[in-house]
Amino acid sequence: MLLILEQLVNGLQLGVMLFLMSAGLTLVFGIMQVINLAHGSFYMVGAYAAATVAQLTGSFLLGLLAALPAAAIVGMLVEAVVLRRLYDRDHLDQVLATFGLILFFNELTRMLWGRQPLFMDVPEWLSGTVEILPGAPYPSYRLAVIGVGILVAVFLYLLFTRTRLGMQIRAGASNREMVAALGVNIRFLYTLVFGLGAMLAGLAGVMAGPILAVEAGMGEEILILTFVVIVIGGVGSIRGALIAALLVGMVDTLGRVFLPGLFRLFLPMAEADGIGASLASMSVYILMAVILVWRPRGLFPEPA
Amino acid sequence: MTYRRLATAGLIMGLVTGPAIAAEPVKIGMITTLSTKAGYLGEDIRDGFRLAINQGEGKLGGIPVELLVDDDGRKPGKGKQIAERFIKSNGTKILTGIVFSNVAMAVVPKVTRDGVFYISPNAGPSRLAGKGCSKNYFNVAWQNDNLHEAAGQYVNDKQFKNVYLLAPNYPAGKDALAGFKRYYKGDVAGEVYTKLGQSDYAAELATLRAARPDAVFFFLPGGMGINFLKQYAQAGLNKSIPVFGPAFSFDERILKAVGSAALGVRNGSQWSHDLDNPANKSFVEAFRAAYGRTPTLYASQGYDAAHLIGSALAATGGKPEDMDGFRSALEKADFDSVRGNFRFGPNHHPIQDLYIREVIQTPEGSVTNRIETKVFTDHSDAYASECRM
Amino acid sequence: MLIPGNSRKHLLLSLGLVALVILPPVSSAFGESYLISLFSRILIYALVAVSLDLILGYGGMVSLGHAAFFGVGAYVVGILAFHSYEGDPLLTWPFLVEGTESGLMAIPLAMLISAFFALVIGFFSLRTSGMHFIMITLAFAQMIYYFCVSLETYGGDDGLSLYARNQLPGLDLSNDGHFYYLCLGILVLYLFVSNRLVNSRFGRVIQGTRENERRMQALGYATFRYKLICFTIAGAGAGLAGALIANQTEFVSPGLMHWTRSGEILVMVLLGGMGTLFGPVLGAMVLLLLEEILASYTEHWMVLLGPFLVIMVLFAKRGLYGLLAGQRH
Repeated sequence: MLLILEQLVNGLQLGVMLFLMSAGLTLVFGIMQVINLAHGSFYMVGAYAAATVAQLTGSFLLGLLAALPAAAIVGMLVEAVVLRRLYDRDHLDQVLATFGLILFFNELTRMLWGRQPLFMDVPEWLSGTVEILPGAPYPSYRLAVIGVGILVAVFLYLLFTRTRLGMQIRAGASNREMVAALGVNIRFLYTLVFGLGAMLAGLAGVMAGPILAVEAGMGEEILILTFVVIVIGGVGSIRGALIAALLVGMVDTLGRVFLPGLFRLFLPMAEADGIGASLASMSVYILMAVILVWRPRGLFPEPA
Repeated sequence: MTYRRLATAGLIMGLVTGPAIAAEPVKIGMITTLSTKAGYLGEDIRDGFRLAINQGEGKLGGIPVELLVDDDGRKPGKGKQIAERFIKSNGTKILTGIVFSNVAMAVVPKVTRDGVFYISPNAGPSRLAGKGCSKNYFNVAWQNDNLHEAAGQYVNDKQFKNVYLLAPNYPAGKDALAGFKRYYKGDVAGEVYTKLGQSDYAAELATLRAARPDAVFFFLPGGMGINFLKQYAQAGLNKSIPVFGPAFSFDERILKAVGSAALGVRNGSQWSHDLDNPANKSFVEAFRAAYGRTPTLYASQGYDAAHLIGSALAATGGKPEDMDGFRSALEKADFDSVRGNFRFGPNHHPIQDLYIREVIQTPEGSVTNRIETKVFTDHSDAYASECRM
Repeated sequence: MLIPGNSRKHLLLSLGLVALVILPPVSSAFGESYLISLFSRILIYALVAVSLDLILGYGGMVSLGHAAFFGVGAYVVGILAFHSYEGDPLLTWPFLVEGTESGLMAIPLAMLISAFFALVIGFFSLRTSGMHFIMITLAFAQMIYYFCVSLETYGGDDGLSLYARNQLPGLDLSNDGHFYYLCLGILVLYLFVSNRLVNSRFGRVIQGTRENERRMQALGYATFRYKLICFTIAGAGAGLAGALIANQTEFVSPGLMHWTRSGEILVMVLLGGMGTLFGPVLGAMVLLLLEEILASYTEHWMVLLGPFLVIMVLFAKRGLYGLLAGQRH
């Protein structure tokens, strides 16, 4: 029973991580209608910047402080140089161009930092464990990840409901010409939103750095799960992204833990492990297919 | 017309300047993985191989060689395509370099059937050691199960009774755990197959802790292993349950990325940079001088592959076309391996010593491997008896 | 523009075809027989790209799971050959199915089974559209990918090595020249059939649906059924290409159907110019050749290929084919 509770916390933590990634992506898509495959590259930029600075200075916080602007700047550069020219074009043009960017960023990272993964450790003050349940010490760092995720969700909520900037952004999404006519510099606004999205991805990268391998190509693995999340949630909806991220995190975690055991009840062990493990790998995709067959526009479709 | 005349002219010149042809370097085709996350493995194999050539001033075994390198991107189809180019366009008779078993399975059976030598500096899938062995295929690294077998024997020797096993859900993962269990005789506390390329292991670690094993054996190559080790240490498990694994998750470049989270882990290997023999000492020194980093086992395998090829080139006067002569020269393995004791078994796979290394901190603070003990002497593989050449 | 668009297009196509037909003897004469097998591979990828263009360029269905059908076709050939070589039947119940190395059996079967997979996946996926369609096709492809990874008998992730290529009467497929002409013949035939298809009433309904589905429905067309048929035909084409690639490399593995492979095929179509049928052929050729050529100059070739794709998007709006052949209509 305790184990199940602990696994639920693990699912929650994975979900929060996915939310950090998908919030930026769904924001950019919802507001600018642009598909950006290079979102995973901003995640990588965040992780590399943080790992490099943390290694030089020995401080995780300085790494974090360096990574956020680094990801945002790279994001805004990409927007200004490439994506700005593609807003009025077909989604497929955006897919092709940002695919090219992925290749470029991955290889550039390899050239600048070499091929081996980088080192990044949890900060000293978060390296311990906390006994969240009796007999289940939980890494403090992972609890911090959950905390950061909640902060980001609250921040985005406040930004869009309480601030002038947030309202301008939302208005810009629903009627570009009107907002421009009102004297808002829509071009600058878009660049800003894109930078914000990239910064969120960079933040996810920093948070992932101490847990995962920091290596070129690290963005694509999480990218595909991120797309799963925003499609399940309903493209463009931050609320949908939050709920879908938690759902995906739970399904993936619980599937990995319990499916092999379930199959062992009625199959020989070796076969059960194989089938269970394969089904667990598929579980997220099965979830997405079922949800889309049931609700073709995701759980919380934004009004078109 | 002009074309034919040119060809004829070339032929005549070839006849006249016969000895000059012998000075034409022997081409060696290296198909390896340089892109993707696993790119550093191929880089080390290539650098180790190149080091041997550079030390011989462009020669291996006294014969001038030319190394052709291409990146397979870890894709079997692409590996096959490169092999065809090396063979058909460059006239290569010797291939080497493949990192991954799936690329090897796509390339090796076909090229060895077509009369080309393949010297494996890394991948050693069981099928190529057993039923699918070939007289033109030599593995100078290990059969895939070997390093796991060493860990299994060591864990068994140390009287562990209840071990938890973890590997990715793919053939090499299954082989790894089978290899471990071939020599480990105690109970299995749990056996888990994870998704290939998985990054978060929180759920697996919680289950692992609940199973209360007295040791953990895992095979998670590359980034997966880094993720696992970091998360294992963060969960505080490294203080209570000792970890064992094959050298693949503890090479010198991975250790840089894992840091202190790997301290104390024992891993099975056929080689280590502190292995005490003259060939190894000069190799490690030269590699550090040339590339500014400590070599990994992959680099040592690339280096040995080059010297093995060199020994056969020397014996045949640089003529791999003399297939029988070249083959029997290879079989003799007449070179100074950086592993010391090394020869080939009947299936052209190594018979060598296997060690357990411990991950330690040097006085300067970096993390590295140190040989702890020799587990097997003259160890072969489990598939040799199935091989009919 | 010295030559008007249409005749320029015809000239381009004829020149391209002639070049492809004379490629084997010319390259053998220059001792570069490696080009024959490289171009066989290019033709096969061109075939799968053309089949994707049918649904993408004409039907507006952006599938990111097309490699699944490619992989299924390859696995059909691989599994049949495996059972034939091992000598044990594939199925004994409810009826006996023996393995085979006959191309006359294996290749049509590969098309049929891929088409069946496309029918089922299309049935569920076509309820969605846009971004959701991209992702649901990806989801199904990933399921098939993981299923093949778990097929231990057939090598799992390591894949399956074929002992020899399929047999076809009158052709020796182990001869690279024969194999090349088989691929070329099949590609030309598929292009011909596809061209007829998109210009038929069926094709016009599909294109009408892409532009405005509601209107086509109002006109009384069962658009879902049209789209599903189109999706299935494209799946069969990908399966055919898969059967050929299994023969070409004499190897099959789940990597053939990974989502990155679907992405690559998509890139070929977009690079060449979607909705043009011949564009994807050009796209496949340029992408694979660029990989070869760039890789021979630098091991960091992707740092050049990436920006090349970006520049193509920015400056060649209708792909390479649009650039070369001029007006589409």
